[in-house]
Amino acid sequence: MGQFIQQLINGLTLGSVYGLIALGYTMVYGIIGMINFAHGDIYMVAAIISVTVITLLAALGISAVPLALMVTLLVVMAFTAVYGWSVERVAYRPLRTAPRLAPLISAIGMSIFLQNMVQLTQGARVKPIADMMPGQFNLFTFDGFTVFLSYTQLMIIVVTVVLLAIFTYIITRTSFGRQQRACEQDQTMTALLGVNVDRTISLTFMLGAALAAIAGVMVTIYYGVVDFAIGFVAGLKAFTAAVLGGIGSLPGAVLGGLIIGMLESFWSAYYSPEYKDVAGFALLILVLMFRPSGLLGRPEVEKV
Amino acid sequence: MSNQQSHLLEVKNLTMRFGGLTAINDLSLGIEGGKITSIIGPNGAGKTTFFNCLTGFYKPTTGSVQMNHPEHGALLLEKMPSHLVARKASVVRTFQNIRLFPNMTVLENLIVAQHNALQKASHFSLAGLLGLASYRQASEAAMEKAEMWLTRLKLRDIANMPTGNLSYGTQRRVEIARALCVDPLLICLDEPAAGLNPRESAELNDLLLYLTREHHKGVMLIEHDMNVVMKVSDHICVLNFGNKIAEGTPEQIQNNPEVIKAYLGEEEIEDTTEEEAA
Amino acid sequence: MTTFQARTHTVTLTERLKDATNVALIAILLGIPMIGLHTVDAGGKLMVATRWPWLLAFVATMFFGRLALQFAIDQFKLKRLTRQRTRTLEVATPRPWLKWLGYGLLGFSLVLPIAFSDNRYVVDTATTVLIYVMLGWGLNVVVGLAGLLDLGYVAFYAVGAYSYALLSTQFGWNFWETLPVAGALAALFGILLGWPTLRLRGDYLAIVTLGFGEIIRVILINWTEFSGGPNGIGSIERPSFFGLPFKPDSDDGATFASFFGLEYASEHRVIFLYYLILVLALLTNLFIARLRKLPVGLAWEAVREDEVACKALGMNVTNVKLSAFAIGAMLGGFAGVFFAARQGFISPESFVFSESATILAIVVLGGMGSQFGVVIAASLLVILPELGRDFSEYRMLLFGAAMILIMVWKPGGLISRREPSKVLAGVEK
Ligand SMILES: Nc1ncnc2c1ncn2[C@@H]1O[C@H](COP(=O)(O)OP(=O)(O)OP(=O)(O)O)[C@@H](O)[C@H]1O
Ligand SMILES: [Mg+2]
Repeated sequence: MGQFIQQLINGLTLGSVYGLIALGYTMVYGIIGMINFAHGDIYMVAAIISVTVITLLAALGISAVPLALMVTLLVVMAFTAVYGWSVERVAYRPLRTAPRLAPLISAIGMSIFLQNMVQLTQGARVKPIADMMPGQFNLFTFDGFTVFLSYTQLMIIVVTVVLLAIFTYIITRTSFGRQQRACEQDQTMTALLGVNVDRTISLTFMLGAALAAIAGVMVTIYYGVVDFAIGFVAGLKAFTAAVLGGIGSLPGAVLGGLIIGMLESFWSAYYSPEYKDVAGFALLILVLMFRPSGLLGRPEVEKV
Repeated sequence: MSNQQSHLLEVKNLTMRFGGLTAINDLSLGIEGGKITSIIGPNGAGKTTFFNCLTGFYKPTTGSVQMNHPEHGALLLEKMPSHLVARKASVVRTFQNIRLFPNMTVLENLIVAQHNALQKASHFSLAGLLGLASYRQASEAAMEKAEMWLTRLKLRDIANMPTGNLSYGTQRRVEIARALCVDPLLICLDEPAAGLNPRESAELNDLLLYLTREHHKGVMLIEHDMNVVMKVSDHICVLNFGNKIAEGTPEQIQNNPEVIKAYLGEEEIEDTTEEEAA
Repeated sequence: MTTFQARTHTVTLTERLKDATNVALIAILLGIPMIGLHTVDAGGKLMVATRWPWLLAFVATMFFGRLALQFAIDQFKLKRLTRQRTRTLEVATPRPWLKWLGYGLLGFSLVLPIAFSDNRYVVDTATTVLIYVMLGWGLNVVVGLAGLLDLGYVAFYAVGAYSYALLSTQFGWNFWETLPVAGALAALFGILLGWPTLRLRGDYLAIVTLGFGEIIRVILINWTEFSGGPNGIGSIERPSFFGLPFKPDSDDGATFASFFGLEYASEHRVIFLYYLILVLALLTNLFIARLRKLPVGLAWEAVREDEVACKALGMNVTNVKLSAFAIGAMLGGFAGVFFAARQGFISPESFVFSESATILAIVVLGGMGSQFGVVIAASLLVILPELGRDFSEYRMLLFGAAMILIMVWKPGGLISRREPSKVLAGVEK
């Protein structure tokens, strides 16, 4: 029982990270109707940048945790957003009217490029950092098993919930959100109505990247190690989460992330850690077979 | 089942809703073989949606569409996936926004339309790979059929051109020729005269009459061009906001006050906003 | 006319400078965290180090590169405009030189081992090229013809390779016995994977295949009893020449060398393997060229062009896609069998995502759907890294960049011209 609750907490934490990345997938999908294949690598770039920033802050002697955390988040989000912008500008925008396969392939090219670029510029070695927020709440003891919730875990879960609320507000209530949803429906018409479609799409990519940046910072603090290759698997899982929740739906992305995170955590604890990736993938296939529009997505009718 | 063979296609109480919008409302209609039935109505009346429901692209909310097929008996189209509607029920359609295979030639487009017959003759490619005579015959027959329609629709000279580069009117003709290569019993044409010049549209009239009179095919026609509709139709059904507001011969429709009202929009502005808000 | 040109020119110059400055600013922002700063391991602890000169070089490159690019675009603007107008593929006039180049290459590939009989390295490299050509042709059916994006093609390659490795080491099957079985197995995997996913939108398929490739690798690494785990499977039976093994001497009867009265030389096998993959590749080419002219081949292309139209014509789109997927998988399986037989040792290392990406790059680079393009691209992608060995760490980086650039520049690939598979005789072109 104690073990079970502990895995639940771990799963929620992991799931929150997937959810944050999945939000980026879902937002970009919502506006251009395409998967951003380089999104997992944007997350990886963010994690690597956060290692640099955290190390730099420590070297400068800024040790107050809230201050260091805020600075890290802001700096990493800003730089990562530029990466998100560049991905759209280079790999997607020139191909907006091209056949469907073309932007997908250029985005895969972008993903390969980013991963190898980071490997070359930052090195292939794993990068460890010291725990920024040591400490935990010991919740209760059950059968001699103490269930705990670390400060980092709490922060990750809270941040995810808050961000979900903020982004749902942005998409449903602000004029940017309206412009974004209009672009999703009909780009040409939206442009004719005086909305800057290019800017709206760019901004969406940047917001998605900023969310990935937050996930990257969180993971760096949570695990304490990152390397250039983490984007691939994380991206795959976050995508699974987005599809599971219903691609295009913001709460769906977070819900999907939580489910994948918990599945993985329980699978590792009770079955086998080696095959946890297999479990997530099997779930993806099942979802696509039985509910392709996801848990919270609307079934789509192809307009002919 | 099909005791009353009078109608080729029997539409009963068809309703299609998209969320709050009722695109087709309780539509019942009979379509005869060998005749031209036109569906007309203002923009957004639900005409294309009606075709989509017939051909398996949309699943209607309620109602039934029954095809009385001379070989396969009564078939319920609303229960069939779109490819079976074409293959088994022999109901083939064209699209309002032309859908050709742009990088393939005109001839190839017409051969692709005969895929099922050819695939069968090639025994899932085995006979084809081995170059057996049975497959070669089928392949030649397909070429002949394609050539026949190409000649009839004056497309023979451009048979080896990719369709993506052709003019709008020509593309429309290719799409019709391609649909005819499926050997339909009922062919549903969605605005075939849109973008045609007067000469082309007169040729279209001839073609439609030829198809019904000589080949005894049923034709369903969605068209805004009243010159075409009134000249060739045997029967006309008028839709407005998803409702059938009139039905009859061209003369009856031309003199129907409801239709005139729907088209000229007399006192319609208020109704429109109400319907859209709903 | 002249005044007009002069005016646009002056406007362009300042605008170009502004534009390049913007690019440089972006480059600074991109470069600071990746090039300007990096973390180094200083005795178990990370330290931040700087590389400002590198950053400066990067930003300068971007600035002047952008200027040069814009200048080039200005120069060729006219050309570009005309190209865009006739964008949907020119009418496919036959290009005789391409055909002759093809025959020339074929002739060259036939005599290559004889011409380089004293250079084992060349023959080995050529064999590698041919493996990629075969993989490229297999994937071309899926991506180029049917328009399905498969990012886990290497999984089918792995299925083929492990089938042969296991069947030969466990049950003593030989190369020719395994070949059809492994192909069928790979095709079966393709069908099992494709059946639930092919009815969905294209980008879902891409992710699912990507995941599938990963899963196969995870299983191969972890299921040690079955696959040997990370250590892989070794001492796999090498193919023999119709039962004559390539060995110095054999316990039971003749060897290749003794049978033909030759002195044993290790090159015999290298040359034999080369011809073996050449034959397999040529058969593959013949097979696909034939399929393309059959209804199924036309259907693949039609599905790539417009699925909705295919459905309206009565085509079962899912089955058409499945057939492309299965045939592509089968060809990948064949290539895998050859790979295992050639190496004599396989491990999960050989079946990573970058391998899938390489094969995809070959297809994309060559021109989707073009058999000849695949040959050119495979040769380029295998031989270039071999020539510049020191360059090898940049290989994947350049791959990624090339994929983006080629898509942006020519979304159809290097050879994007499509030859119609049916022609009405007696009609122009
Ligand atoms: N897939 C869909 N989802 C939501 N609404 C739809 C869908 N398809 C059609 N509609 C709506 O149904 C209504 C009828 O559309 P339809 O295309 O059938 O009109 P139409 O009579 O063909 O008009 P037109 O003459 O302009 O072609 C419209 O309000 C349209 O927006
Ligand atoms: Mg319409």
